[in-house]
Amino acid sequence: MTDKGSIIYLEGVTVDYDGFKALNNLNFIVDYNELRVVIGPNGAGKTTLLDVICGKTKPAAGRVIFGKDTELIGKREDEIVKLGIGRKFQAPSIYANLTVWENLDLSLKRLSKGVFPTLLGSSTQAERIKIGDALETIGLNDVAQTRAGSLSHGQKQWLEIGMVILQDPSLLLVDEPVAGMTDEETEQTGMLLQSLAEKHAIVVIEHDMEFVRQIARIVTVLHEGTVICEGPVEKVQADDRVREIYLGRQKVHA
Amino acid sequence: MSENHELHLRERGDIGMAFWVTGFVLLVLLPLLNVLPPEDSWLHFSDFSLNRFGKFLAFAIVALGLDLIWGYTGILSLGQGVFFGLGAYCMGMHLMLTIGKESVYGSELPDFMVWNQVKELPFFWKPFYSLPVALLGAILVPTAFALLFGFLAFRSRIKGVYFAIITQATALVAWLVFNRNETNLGGTNGLTDFKQLLGFRLSEPGTQRALYVLTVLCLGGAYLLCRWIIRSRAGKVLIAVRDSEQRVVFSGYTPANYKLFVFVVAAALAGLAGLLYVPQVGIITPAQIGVLPSLEMVIWVAVGGRGTLAGAVLGAVSVNLGRSVLTNYFPELWPFILGGLFVTVVLLFPDGLVGVGRRIGEQWPHISRRVSFIMPATKG
Repeated sequence: MTDKGSIIYLEGVTVDYDGFKALNNLNFIVDYNELRVVIGPNGAGKTTLLDVICGKTKPAAGRVIFGKDTELIGKREDEIVKLGIGRKFQAPSIYANLTVWENLDLSLKRLSKGVFPTLLGSSTQAERIKIGDALETIGLNDVAQTRAGSLSHGQKQWLEIGMVILQDPSLLLVDEPVAGMTDEETEQTGMLLQSLAEKHAIVVIEHDMEFVRQIARIVTVLHEGTVICEGPVEKVQADDRVREIYLGRQKVHA
Repeated sequence: MSENHELHLRERGDIGMAFWVTGFVLLVLLPLLNVLPPEDSWLHFSDFSLNRFGKFLAFAIVALGLDLIWGYTGILSLGQGVFFGLGAYCMGMHLMLTIGKESVYGSELPDFMVWNQVKELPFFWKPFYSLPVALLGAILVPTAFALLFGFLAFRSRIKGVYFAIITQATALVAWLVFNRNETNLGGTNGLTDFKQLLGFRLSEPGTQRALYVLTVLCLGGAYLLCRWIIRSRAGKVLIAVRDSEQRVVFSGYTPANYKLFVFVVAAALAGLAGLLYVPQVGIITPAQIGVLPSLEMVIWVAVGGRGTLAGAVLGAVSVNLGRSVLTNYFPELWPFILGGLFVTVVLLFPDGLVGVGRRIGEQWPHISRRVSFIMPATKG
């Protein structure tokens, strides 16, 4: 991608749940080809931030601009998907009763996803190659014909990442991808996200500081719905306010 | 990789042996056993049995549609009886009008209208003089109703137990409306005493045999249609909606449209079943379209095994066969047997008869091994 400037631009976004401000006048900017990690204690508004971008939650105030000048507020979730924003949920959200291949096939970007084109459509060679490539990327080649419900937890997470990248999004939102993974799986996930970052802008929400250090270039720290610190991992970890927030909650390894 | 996949698809693309065997038995063997052997032969399949089977197979068509929406898409509809009833009443109205002066009161009007002192045929009855209108209506009226109902329900994102409740409420409303004499559809007694269809006497075994064959053909067609849908990519979307609707939305689909589609197909199939049911059974009353019959339809699918088309057919036929055998012996116990069957299936055999069969198939090597292990051990 050769575009310059920001792919997603949030300005003064406030989300109000009956008086509780999940996001409070939040400003958040991610550039093209960036891999951004968002950290913060529970309730800091990390998931709400993703919900706002993908249209699941409507903010009370603020602007959300995708790319050059596309306002996302007021758009439906499926419209936002079509614009090129893909989302990987925190809990693996896959189709347990379909095979890995079928999971990927349904997720593939196609001209129309209406009922009748989908009913009559068949896969082209090009589409099969794309799915094959995605299987390669996420390392699930050997289990392509396995029912997705019988995959391991880590494999399910990778499958969902594969499903999201087949939508060919320019922005990928990834919510806690390594929660519940073994150390080995975590490391593989880190490599996967880094390789994806070559082609897509990615926003990752994460708790696991080890993992954050593995993948992060720029880290944004959220607290009580606003950004309190942003910068390279070392700078963020040295920040006094960040230490204060995490003190007694989760140890930030030096 | 992709080669592997194609192979896999081709393998599943074949219509199973079971389809052709079942088709042969239903379409050729049973009618032949009805016609050829003399009536006192043990091989003879009586007119009564053939007609009864025709009714079961009409029910199987409803079950196929319900399986699409419930088994595959995960949306429980407790109102399929309404669509069945709409189809049945459309056909029934035509059959009422073809009675003509053969009726008890000798009037051109249906008997119940004479009884209710209706002097003139209500306007909405008039088109049903035409058989094509009745046939089309039996499919299109339920379709249109499902389209409107489904549009409103799915747009408002009504799901799960709420959808089940409003469909059940609809079944209750339909029952109340069809029961009223003012509706001019025969009230509690419904439509009955039919004489002929296209000039063929409905009391003739030959006519009933033809209706039976027609029902088998329609069931075969309905099966192939459902099979085509579930094997298409759209069919996978239906399963995906059941597994993770949120992901479906974020993959760029609009689940409401898929739900509406499958709900309408299910309604059209129920209407077709109603159409085939009426001339074979000879009566349609509100009692056959209300809350209880709608619930029974769900039980057929649950017993047979939801999420498999064969299961839906098997369930509809076996539960109804069970009912007609058991009601001969313990008529008042049937509701308890049916309820017990449902609870048992839901708790112990969630995949129904088909699932039990599959499990036995999978377990058989283990069971036989264990038995051969135990046997010598007990000797020693």
